[in-house]
Amino acid sequence: MVLQSLKNCLWLSCILRTPKACFWSTASGGLIIQSVSNDVYQNLAVEDWIHDHMDLEKQQVLFLWRNSPAVVIGRHQNPWQECNLRLLRQKNIKLARRRSGGGTVYHDLGNINLTFFTTRKKYERMENLKLVVKALKALRPQLDVHVTDRYDILLDRQYKISGTAAKLGRTSAYHHCTLLCNADKFVLSSVLKSPYKGLKSNATPSVPASVKNLFEEDPSLTSEMLLDAIAKEYAMQHQIDHHITVINPADETLLPGISNKTKELQTWEWVYGKTPKFSVSTCLNIAYKDSVLDVKVNMDVKHGRIEVCNIDLPEQWLPPGLYSELVKSLTGSKFCPNETTTLVTTLLRVCPQDDELHSRWSLLCENMIMLM
Amino acid sequence: VCTHRVRSCSSIRFIKSKYVCVFDKSALKFSHQQRLFRTSAVSCGQIVQFKLSDIGEGITEVTVKEWYIKEGDSVSQFDSICEVQSDKASVTITSRYDGIIRKLHYSIDDIAFVGKPLVDIEIDASKGVAPEEDVVETPPMSHEEHTHQEIKGHKTLATPAVRRLAMENNIKLSEVVGTGKDNRILKEDILNYLAKQTGAILPPSPKAEIVPPLRKTETVPAAPKDKARKIPVPVSRPIAFAGKDRTEPVTGFQKAMVKTMSAALKIPHFGYCDEIDLTQLVQLREELKPLAELRGVKLSFMPFFIKAASLGLLQYPVLNASLDENCQNVTYKASHNIGVAMDTEQGLIVPNVKNVQVCSVFDIAVELNRLQSLGSAGQLGTSDLTGGTFTLSNIGTIGGTYAKPVILPPEVAIGALGKIQVLPRFNGKGEVFKAQIMNVSWSADHRIIDGATMARFSNLWKSYLENPASMLLDLK
Repeated sequence: MVLQSLKNCLWLSCILRTPKACFWSTASGGLIIQSVSNDVYQNLAVEDWIHDHMDLEKQQVLFLWRNSPAVVIGRHQNPWQECNLRLLRQKNIKLARRRSGGGTVYHDLGNINLTFFTTRKKYERMENLKLVVKALKALRPQLDVHVTDRYDILLDRQYKISGTAAKLGRTSAYHHCTLLCNADKFVLSSVLKSPYKGLKSNATPSVPASVKNLFEEDPSLTSEMLLDAIAKEYAMQHQIDHHITVINPADETLLPGISNKTKELQTWEWVYGKTPKFSVSTCLNIAYKDSVLDVKVNMDVKHGRIEVCNIDLPEQWLPPGLYSELVKSLTGSKFCPNETTTLVTTLLRVCPQDDELHSRWSLLCENMIMLM
Repeated sequence: VCTHRVRSCSSIRFIKSKYVCVFDKSALKFSHQQRLFRTSAVSCGQIVQFKLSDIGEGITEVTVKEWYIKEGDSVSQFDSICEVQSDKASVTITSRYDGIIRKLHYSIDDIAFVGKPLVDIEIDASKGVAPEEDVVETPPMSHEEHTHQEIKGHKTLATPAVRRLAMENNIKLSEVVGTGKDNRILKEDILNYLAKQTGAILPPSPKAEIVPPLRKTETVPAAPKDKARKIPVPVSRPIAFAGKDRTEPVTGFQKAMVKTMSAALKIPHFGYCDEIDLTQLVQLREELKPLAELRGVKLSFMPFFIKAASLGLLQYPVLNASLDENCQNVTYKASHNIGVAMDTEQGLIVPNVKNVQVCSVFDIAVELNRLQSLGSAGQLGTSDLTGGTFTLSNIGTIGGTYAKPVILPPEVAIGALGKIQVLPRFNGKGEVFKAQIMNVSWSADHRIIDGATMARFSNLWKSYLENPASMLLDLK
């Protein structure tokens, strides 16, 4: 094992970090790893990789990771229902769908993620969360933190500081949870508020909760301190050395196949296409000339694509041929503003070049695109 | 919430257990193939009810969220069958058997119960699960015959894989001539042997006279070579290509292309190509690039091409026009909204720079930067993508010299720019010099534009670019 020089990093004084060379040959019982990457897709891919490839019979794994701003939805959720996609696109905040169940969370560098990997038989969420609480209390005994029966961790009996989700496979399982240290609560609340109306679906809904950062309670805390405390507790409970192995999720030799997993998590088919079937039933209020038109819109979206599309326009507002072309184009295409914009602007090329018509068309289409 | 742990019975109940008493037990040992009594008319396997196994933590019910298979699909052991969710945990249920899915007991969003059947799988008859099931076809060769076979006192050598292949096909190794080292029988030899059979595998009859073909080492005088020697002939087996055709509906960007191009077909195109010497422009851009960077803008060649085109359109406005559907009227557009073809991950899009006629080269560069970053992020708006009057396609950034671009209706002209190549050319004094040459390919609507107009426009555009200083005279 290669020991890195620790002289410059006081906060590393009680932890030994080893490079990847001995990743696989650590002591039995348990392994603690931390990602160097802040890319949500890469880190989720590491979870997939460990879940699919590692033999957890001999050693369980604790994976520590943090992400740059991202919204992470659960496996069976509807992103339109859960967050403000327009705001995400504007602010360049990534959207990821994880493979575990549960609700939507906002990640940034002020949030730490913990994943507990075990065999399917040893899957036990309550124990893991109790470990976290024990670690927190060891660090700051005065913290009022406890685990609820919904697998949340509450601060002062009212503020949620951690949410949980899990994934079970044939032989292995993982339970991951967040921990709010110093996240941007303002951005969190604005991105997790969906502006989309009229959505009806059986997707798993999120349960909104009041949140608080641990640092608000105790400003002397840092993410590193929390990570270390949890690693220490895990090491103690698994009777292993208290050292954290650092891994790079882009390392294909260490984690063969990881880049494919990372790519898959970023595809539209996964992020949006895995949304359970839902319907949109709303009314567009189009201000045109001196009046406001009420246009009822009904759409069924399956696998992220528009299956059925009905737009209730006043008669002759658009030439019937053009209207049916619009509906035909939208049917089967992605429920996505980019794709819809391309389609509707293309249709404009092939219809009569009439300014009035063009402005009506643009108005209608822009309103439709706002639904996505 | 029910926390009582359910002891799930993971034993398999066979449907057939009700019916086996119909058969005489002794008959089981002699029969060739057991066909078990089943309600389904189609197949011959055994239906097994695959139950939802224990999730852990005392969970008794889950919600079915996604099926990975449907009725009629074949599955292998460990293939994923469905995804269920229970209290923030997503569980992948995998198959325990190889077989065919015959029934799904739940629909999406139904509640499924631990210990109750999830799917019915029909297991392959030949891979019987229960020992009682006897599927016996024509009796295979006994093992002993395959371990040491002797032909005229010589042992035949063959690897276990080859022996198995022979056994599966009811071939006596003694009948096969080995072409390997020491007359070892190879896989090819077995396949050769099979190829020579009529196709049906006949059960070997112990009494039949089998005259094995002569081995290589034996010489038969006077007999013609091709009969005496068995030369291994490579069997032309069809190459097993596992690829399958894949049909998908045309959607999204492709659909948009189909619409545009189908409309473009109606336009009678003519082409006009030329070569431009960009040596001076290359130098000019090198000088201006750092200045633009100071202002936070990336300066490519496109802003020059676009501005020069606009200057040309001022002289030849018919190229910036639009023909109505009935070809009755031509509308000369006042604004030069020059479209720039962009290749994005999803496909081709053509945003346009508005009112180039009143923009400086720098203004155009700024706007191009904006459109490019929006385009790659997939966030272009409808106004960016509509209103174009003339288009340039810089295919040369990817490659190519001459092209045959397709006009984007309702426009009447388009230009495709090839890559800039360093080529030898002659100057005025007859000397060879290094020139930066780019090819341009114009297409125009022959209904309202004639060759001469296109050629003159191209010459003007070319002159602005070959001698950038001349642009200064005409810049508005």
